[in-house]
Amino acid sequence: MVQYNFKKITVVPNGKDFVDIILSRTQRQTPTVVHKGYAISRLRQFYMRKVKYTQQNFHEKLSTIIEEFPRLDDIHPFYGDLLHVLYNKDHYKLALGQINTARNLISKIAKDYVKLLKYGDSLYRCKSLKVAALGRMCTVIKRIGPSLAYLEQIRQHMARLPSIDPNTRTILICGYPNVGKSSFMNKITRADVDVQPYAFTTKSLFVGHTDYKYLRYQVIDTPGILDRPFEDRNIIEMCSITALAHLRTAVLFFLDISGSCGYSIAQQAALFHSIKSLFMNKPLIIVCNKTDLQPLDGISEEDRKLVIEMKTEAMKTVIGQGGEPENEEGVLLTMSTLTEDGVIAVKNAACERLLNQRVELKMKSKKMNDFRNRIHVALPKPRDQKERPPCIPQAVLEAKAKQAEEEKRKTEKDLEEENGGAGVYSASLKKNYMLASDEWKEDVLPEILDGHNVYDFIDPDILLRLEELEREEGLRQAEEEADDFEMDGEELSPEEQEALAEIRKKKNLLIQQHRMKKSTAESRPVVPRKFDTDRKFTTGRMGRQLSSLGLDPSLAINRARSKSRGRKRERSVERGEADGGDAMDIDGNQASKKLRLRSMSRSRSRSRPPITEVVPGEGLKDSAQKSYSYIETKAPVLWETFHWKDRQALRHEIKLCSEGERSFTFCALRNLLFSVCFFFWL
Amino acid sequence: MRIEKCWFCSSTVYPGHGIQFVRNDAKIFRFCRSKCHKNFKMKRNPRKVKWTKAYRRLHGKDMTQDSTFEFERKRNRPERYDRNLAENTLKAIKKIDKIRSDRASDHIKNRLKTGKVQRQKEARKQLEQGIHLVKAPLALAQDSSLHLPKIKVNVSQAQTEGNQPMEE
Repeated sequence: MVQYNFKKITVVPNGKDFVDIILSRTQRQTPTVVHKGYAISRLRQFYMRKVKYTQQNFHEKLSTIIEEFPRLDDIHPFYGDLLHVLYNKDHYKLALGQINTARNLISKIAKDYVKLLKYGDSLYRCKSLKVAALGRMCTVIKRIGPSLAYLEQIRQHMARLPSIDPNTRTILICGYPNVGKSSFMNKITRADVDVQPYAFTTKSLFVGHTDYKYLRYQVIDTPGILDRPFEDRNIIEMCSITALAHLRTAVLFFLDISGSCGYSIAQQAALFHSIKSLFMNKPLIIVCNKTDLQPLDGISEEDRKLVIEMKTEAMKTVIGQGGEPENEEGVLLTMSTLTEDGVIAVKNAACERLLNQRVELKMKSKKMNDFRNRIHVALPKPRDQKERPPCIPQAVLEAKAKQAEEEKRKTEKDLEEENGGAGVYSASLKKNYMLASDEWKEDVLPEILDGHNVYDFIDPDILLRLEELEREEGLRQAEEEADDFEMDGEELSPEEQEALAEIRKKKNLLIQQHRMKKSTAESRPVVPRKFDTDRKFTTGRMGRQLSSLGLDPSLAINRARSKSRGRKRERSVERGEADGGDAMDIDGNQASKKLRLRSMSRSRSRSRPPITEVVPGEGLKDSAQKSYSYIETKAPVLWETFHWKDRQALRHEIKLCSEGERSFTFCALRNLLFSVCFFFWL
Repeated sequence: MRIEKCWFCSSTVYPGHGIQFVRNDAKIFRFCRSKCHKNFKMKRNPRKVKWTKAYRRLHGKDMTQDSTFEFERKRNRPERYDRNLAENTLKAIKKIDKIRSDRASDHIKNRLKTGKVQRQKEARKQLEQGIHLVKAPLALAQDSSLHLPKIKVNVSQAQTEGNQPMEE
């Protein structure tokens, strides 16, 4: 089926634009530079090319116009007539004819001037020939300017024509203006046709589509027809007449029962009879609209008679098609588009009638025989006499019975509306769950438990597996206990742990001390142990240490005390007195003697000590040396506190002094000063 | 709503936490926090990063194979709801969890046992060898228990002043 689509026609430019387009194209697409010094053949060629090029373009464009516009004789008579009604066939043909002549004229012009150009002898001559040629072509186009404009208008209008397929199933709606044709159209199709209270709201044909029995039907809405002689009809009415005349459709003749369209039933009946010749061979249905305002039974007698007349006419068409004369229902129908009462019935009736007619026609045609030969219904041969009725499940039978009872099922939507509407009510999705017990329907199962997904654990035999697992676990735990028991004997008792802790502490202490000693040995001077600067070598300490080791320190302490020399004479005397006659006496006296010897009493300060006694610094030659060696021995701490470099320096000084480099007084003074200062400082 | 596992550290990612990265080959990587995400972006291998579960499992620090892991398996086919089954499952989860954690801690304990034994032996040896630092052998000979002696200073003469220096 060719879809008549007039939207693809190219735009027809008007005269001036046409000329502009072609000339500018010529200027752009052909070479532009030429000098009079060129060879004459070249000049001639240049200008000939321009003329030819222009002619070709004109020819092309005009040809496309002529070809794209439809030829009224070659298209479907419906379209031919429609276009004739709208645009006047003669004018249309004339316009196209003019275009054609223009095309031929231009070709002739071009031919002539090319011939002339062949003999052009100068640039100027050739150029003027070219100018003349182009000028004449443009005049031709200017002359057909009005035709071009007319064609452009036609093209625009044609593009907006509804695309009606004349060969498919179609339903046509006709009747007086304002009877309700467009409203009916809106009801059965998706077309949005203007519906207004004034007459001739619909000014042209409108197409909609509707479905019936899985087939697509075109529905054509026509402008209203008035009852006038044929010649007096205007273009709009002619549209509908054309459609009626040429399309093989089912016709719905609309009748306004109530008369609210402004025309009585008599007038409408008159119209019907005047156009009934157009209803030949078409399934006709008379539709009484606006029954909400006036039911069919309530009309007057004359009107009823008129209606019955129309019906009989319609019946004739039914019989003409070979349908049953008793089937009166499909001919006269009532409906109201406002209340949507009977609309579907009308549509169905129309579609049914049309379908039947088309099927019958097809059946009668020759092609059907070919079809019939190819279709074969295969029936299996019964192999035994067993009855095999169709098996219908019980549920279906019940459903059917229910349907027959016309029981309206409560839908979810009704439930929602009852319980507060869309925002308030939320449907229970679990209502129709099929579970082993109905109590479980509203159960909520937690999805997450203790950091696990519950769904990962669900298993029908989880209980069995759990039992197994627990048994295993019991065995394993028993084993573990046995192992642990074995292990227990190896631990240390608390006493042992205490002892161990003490040992470790002591060891750490020793290590620390060693480290300290190691690190300071080279860089810092260390007082030898016998001088006991920190006063840590006491009997008390020794006693504590020994007793902490578990030994009895008393013997050691006493011995240490007896061997040591006390500083103060009184102390030793006291000790001696306190003792009073024991083995320690001799020692005590000796001790005191030593003390006395050591202490510098006044009586001894001037006299010389006995030879046996060693006095530090005595053998030395120099009193300076004596003095510093004296310092060395008497205040060794003081001496030791000097840095060894200082000591060296001092010794050096003294040496120099003794050798005579420095005066004695100065050295000695200095030394003495040093020592005195320090002594005081200490 | 599912609890996922972090791809890097294998910890649980609760809904609403972490970041999910979908690569062009449609592989999904889930991370529990930005620490794991940043480590991933640095292209670090979780099997080499000490604090992740992957490392620990690979190097035998944590339990790898156990029958309790079989209970938790992603099931793709949904089961029809059964209240008894649900109840049992919930109870079972708790028990299985307890067993699993017990087994994991036992695994770690066993692993650390050899170290413990060694340390005990060392301690015993140290005790034997170093006892002379806290209890003199003489005292030990007299009293063989490890009861540490208290400090006491027993002097034969009374002292009026404090300690006297032993030497000058």
